[in-house]
Amino acid sequence: MVLGEWRAHPARVILAAAAIAIGVALGFAVYLVNRSALETFAKAIDTVSGTADLQVHSVTAAGFDEGLYPTLAQIPGVAAASPVLELNAHTAAGASLTVLGLDVLRAAAVTPGLVGQGAHSFDGQAAYLSQAAMTALGAKAGSPVTLTAVGHSAVFTVAGSLPGAGEDQAIVVIDIADAQWRFGLLGRLQRVDLKFGAGTSTQAVQAAITRALPPDAQIVTQRQESHRSDALSRAYRVNLEMLAMVALMTGGFLVYSGQSLSVARRRPQFALLRVLGLSQRHLILQIVIEGAAGGLAGGLIGVAAGTGFATLALALFGGDLGGGYFQGARPHLAFAPGAGLVFLLLGLIAALAGALWPALEAARSRPAVALKNADLGIDPRRKPPLVAALVLLMIGGALAFAPPIGGLPLLGYGSMAAILAGGIALMPALARAILGPARRLAGDAPATRLAFDRLYGAPGQAAVALCGIVASVSLMAAMGIMVASFRGSVDDWLGQILPADLYMRLPDLEAGGFDPAAQDRLAHAPGVATIEFRKVLTLRLAPDQPPAALNVVPIDPTAPQRAVPLISTVSPLPAGETAVWASEPMARLYHLKPGHAVTVPLGGQPRRLYVRGIWRDYARQFGALAIGDTDYVRLTGDRFRSQVAVTLAPGADPLRTVAALRAVAPPGIVADMTFTESKSLRAMALKIFDRSFAVTYALETIAIGIGLASVAATFSAQTLARTREFGMLRHVGALKRQIVVMLALEGALLGAVGALAGLSLGAVLGQILIQVINPQSFNWSMDTRWPMGLLLSLFVVLVAASAGTAVLSGRSALSSSTIRAVREDW
Amino acid sequence: MGESGVGKSTLLNLIAGLDVADAGEIKIDGGDLSAMSDDQRTILRRDRIGFVFQAFHILPHLTLAQNAALPVLLSGGGEAQGLSRARALLAAVGLEGRSGSYPSELSGGEMQRVAIARALIHRPALILADEPTGNLDPESAEKVLTLFAQQTRDARAAAVIVTHSDRVAAIADRSLVLTAQGLILRGQ
Repeated sequence: MVLGEWRAHPARVILAAAAIAIGVALGFAVYLVNRSALETFAKAIDTVSGTADLQVHSVTAAGFDEGLYPTLAQIPGVAAASPVLELNAHTAAGASLTVLGLDVLRAAAVTPGLVGQGAHSFDGQAAYLSQAAMTALGAKAGSPVTLTAVGHSAVFTVAGSLPGAGEDQAIVVIDIADAQWRFGLLGRLQRVDLKFGAGTSTQAVQAAITRALPPDAQIVTQRQESHRSDALSRAYRVNLEMLAMVALMTGGFLVYSGQSLSVARRRPQFALLRVLGLSQRHLILQIVIEGAAGGLAGGLIGVAAGTGFATLALALFGGDLGGGYFQGARPHLAFAPGAGLVFLLLGLIAALAGALWPALEAARSRPAVALKNADLGIDPRRKPPLVAALVLLMIGGALAFAPPIGGLPLLGYGSMAAILAGGIALMPALARAILGPARRLAGDAPATRLAFDRLYGAPGQAAVALCGIVASVSLMAAMGIMVASFRGSVDDWLGQILPADLYMRLPDLEAGGFDPAAQDRLAHAPGVATIEFRKVLTLRLAPDQPPAALNVVPIDPTAPQRAVPLISTVSPLPAGETAVWASEPMARLYHLKPGHAVTVPLGGQPRRLYVRGIWRDYARQFGALAIGDTDYVRLTGDRFRSQVAVTLAPGADPLRTVAALRAVAPPGIVADMTFTESKSLRAMALKIFDRSFAVTYALETIAIGIGLASVAATFSAQTLARTREFGMLRHVGALKRQIVVMLALEGALLGAVGALAGLSLGAVLGQILIQVINPQSFNWSMDTRWPMGLLLSLFVVLVAASAGTAVLSGRSALSSSTIRAVREDW
Repeated sequence: MGESGVGKSTLLNLIAGLDVADAGEIKIDGGDLSAMSDDQRTILRRDRIGFVFQAFHILPHLTLAQNAALPVLLSGGGEAQGLSRARALLAAVGLEGRSGSYPSELSGGEMQRVAIARALIHRPALILADEPTGNLDPESAEKVLTLFAQQTRDARAAAVIVTHSDRVAAIADRSLVLTAQGLILRGQ
């Protein structure tokens, strides 16, 4: 019987299977990409950290005094210690690499994987490149390579390879003394790798190490390092995964709608089977198996398709799916059959859940009644179910206020799911509420009356037809509202933080840059009206958080909002304190408010800084502090700056001004200076933004496509089921065009009610995305904006598609078979 | 009356204007059906003919009064007028006071009565019935038949009934049998 049903109605079965397949494919694809990216990253961490038991890292990239190394090496329990200089370098071509300065003998004892293989081990010019680095530089053994880091350039000769490095990691290993000298970091280290002796108590040694550490160094364990890198894009990836789960849920709704209809249509058949002896339990089982079979097929296709999507996505977008978190390496696909099975099961469960309700309904109906009354079991007296819907909505509302779990808005997503389910369950009641008054206003034309009466009398049927599409529309609307709000807020923010005409930053500069004399020359270059100098330092404030930033900015204490885009009130500065301004992500992550104090290592000492206000920042997700230029100089004496913002004099030509600035820049840096106009910066930022969301939009559009196709299939099925009704109407004297108009109107009304429900739900879900999901995932907020164009087009598309489908399926209702259908033969 | 498959239903369809004959002509009230367009035949059907089906075909999402008033509503006649006449007819067929109920509450016999009301509401000249008691138990069938005969005569309408049942044929003034050679009087 199952196969017979499928042969008769292949379209509906295919659509239900397709819906499940899409959900499973999306979920599995995102999972695979996550796994592959993580594995690559973990390998990278392993490689770059070697196999040390523990590392001591500097808090900022300026490093700590190298005297710490012998201190640590002498602590009882430390078997070996390896000092490391770790720098972010780049080549003239712009390729980005990690440069490790190592003492070969020490490294061999602690992190043997980082020791190079080749000739000339003690040559000061020797560099050992990993495979990826060789490819990136186009170098081979013996060729020269120029590396630039922290404002210094140096030439090395490729002496050999790093066989222990991961194939995706671009690493260059050089001698540490050479590195310190040639990159201007004499007496400094960024890292000491430690290996413990056999049988030592890790805790005791760790405690001893902690006691020995200066404020600008901290302990980092292996686990923390990968946790930190994981955190970098975890929120973004979890969001994508959740979207995939929601797509799966939509699939479940589509199965429900399809099965409902199919079961309703076959009531007389089932009644006959019951009369002939099929038990209730068997009937439920049969219907559920039908749904499950579709789910199984869909799940299998989904797992295969998901693997394909993941491969494609990794090749096209990289491991962060366009989020911009991971640089460079394209990870390889890590196949995961166990996970594939889990997603297959999820698809099956969604299909089973969708099929169970109609199955229970079918089993409940009494065979005798069903045999006699071949209509679709419509009873207008039955009130649409309100209680369940309202309960779901209330649960959803409550969950929206729940805090994040593990830094992720899991309950926020739960809230979205509950509100979506509740809203859809509310559809029959909503249809009644809208159609009741509308019916009275609609006029007396027969087709109109009939259309309204049908929808009012059978709102449950209407809801079934629409629930898949309402789910997809509401999600699309929600995403659209969130993205429009986000983009608008980012655009506004960019306008606030990029007020000048030209911007220049020296790449990856922590030390060095423009000295005060150079700054003076630049300020007086022709074409320059005003010039501002800034600097950014990396801060590791907590071992389990990704690094934050310290922005050194000229701030006028009486008008701070000109320098930083404030979103909070300004707290007055107590006497003797130094002011600092915290970005929104920093405030959320480190629980800061105006009036709090925060301790930051500056100039070799921990400093207490007083938070005066919070500013909006979309650039650094993990927090930034802004400190005034004068305060920074007072605390550290550092007058070197690496970022420049130039406002042009009226009528000045940008290109000539840039040339003039280059002419007076220090010779060692001039090659690294790239100027960008603020217009291009804004355009580029928005382009990255659009790219990050492109994947999400593609997913949502596919979901809507499936929803629309499902509406078409459901309408045609429902129309087929009403053949006898149309036959009777024809007998009693309805003109063909009256029936067509009636169907078109039914379709349009259904579409309008569905669109209203979908868009309203979408507005609510959008607010949850804006007020709950985004702040909990990424620690930033945004102002709501409404993309009226998108919302209006969704409305129009839905109404048009519903009406059009209804009419098309109705044409078959006017054939001669309709006339014959009134006879008692089936 | 006649054997299964001999074409009784087809004949009914042709009379109703739902089908067009290959040869010959059908005249109702002086008008030749074969010369009319589908719309014209539909309007004729709507205004002059009433139907009673074996399977009742009452719309479940309309009240009894709305169901009975359907032909009037389809022709664009005033709703209030149509519904009040429907209520009167429903009372006449023994369903007084239940005009606002829905078909799901009715038994088979009651639904057929609504169908009879529907067949008469527009004061048709001709009523076509296809096995009107086919889905009813003997007791209900008896009541419905009596009602049908009485109402048709009161309305001064002609009726053509297709049936297998002798009991049904008994209420007719004339019984004809459709054979392969054509219509012949019963008993011959």
